[in-house]
Amino acid sequence: MLLGPSLAVSAVLFTIGVAGVLVRRNAIVLFMCIELMLNAVNLSFVALAQVHGVSGQIMVFFVMTVAAAEAAVGLAIILAIFRHTQSVDLKQLNLLKG
Amino acid sequence: MNLVEGVFWFFSVWAVLSALLCITRRSPISSALWLVSTMFALAGIFVLLNAEFIAAIQVLVYAGAVMVLFLFVIMLLNIDASPRNLKGWPAWLLGGGLALVLGAELLVLSGYTSQRLANEFSSRPDGVDPSLVFAEGAAAQAATASQGVVGALAKPLFEAYLIPFEITSVLLLAAVIGAVVLAKKKL
Repeated sequence: MLLGPSLAVSAVLFTIGVAGVLVRRNAIVLFMCIELMLNAVNLSFVALAQVHGVSGQIMVFFVMTVAAAEAAVGLAIILAIFRHTQSVDLKQLNLLKG
Repeated sequence: MNLVEGVFWFFSVWAVLSALLCITRRSPISSALWLVSTMFALAGIFVLLNAEFIAAIQVLVYAGAVMVLFLFVIMLLNIDASPRNLKGWPAWLLGGGLALVLGAELLVLSGYTSQRLANEFSSRPDGVDPSLVFAEGAAAQAATASQGVVGALAKPLFEAYLIPFEITSVLLLAAVIGAVVLAKKKL
């Protein structure tokens, strides 16, 4: 079944994704870390789908669609920000600081 | 340790190492390529967990489409591997500490087996047969045996989950329009 080990791997991958969001400063790499977290959640969905039936796999299907939509819109936003500030460094995005 | 477990741990170590390299490489291009490697390893794990269709979609959509989009944008913006891409050591200390706490919390999940899940689900501490509690799981295995991997997934997707499926198409349409509007210089 490999349920426990899969959940453990999923937890480790999610943690690495969170750490990546905290230590990176590049907006695009931040997006990639979010994709990593979504992938970790997909792994736990698939692992539990073995026990609970096929609905877990269908959830993975939806998560992937939402991730694709999120990547398209997010990267378009990053492009617009780059056109505005000539950088994707999150340090530069402090307009709301006043 | 049988063969399946051995292959599972091989893919798991591969996925975790690639993920670690992904968040520590300075150049965004190498980060993206290590993330592709993580996704390939996860596709291998999906095959071992009897989700062959999801594994195929993982390679086609994630490792193929989404990551190519990322690489396009990185190359379009011409981002170099400057040391400023990583934060300084206080952020590493804080981020690593927070991640360790979260990881320790999530690793409790690794103790779960289908037996323990069934016991907690039916709130009976004495042993319950998991196949009785999760009748859907057994039904799904039978459906996979009779209809094949894709058939067993397609039937509930187009019957029970038809409305979410249609809403997903609206979401994708909205995302397409939004991306065009945001990325265009002048409308």
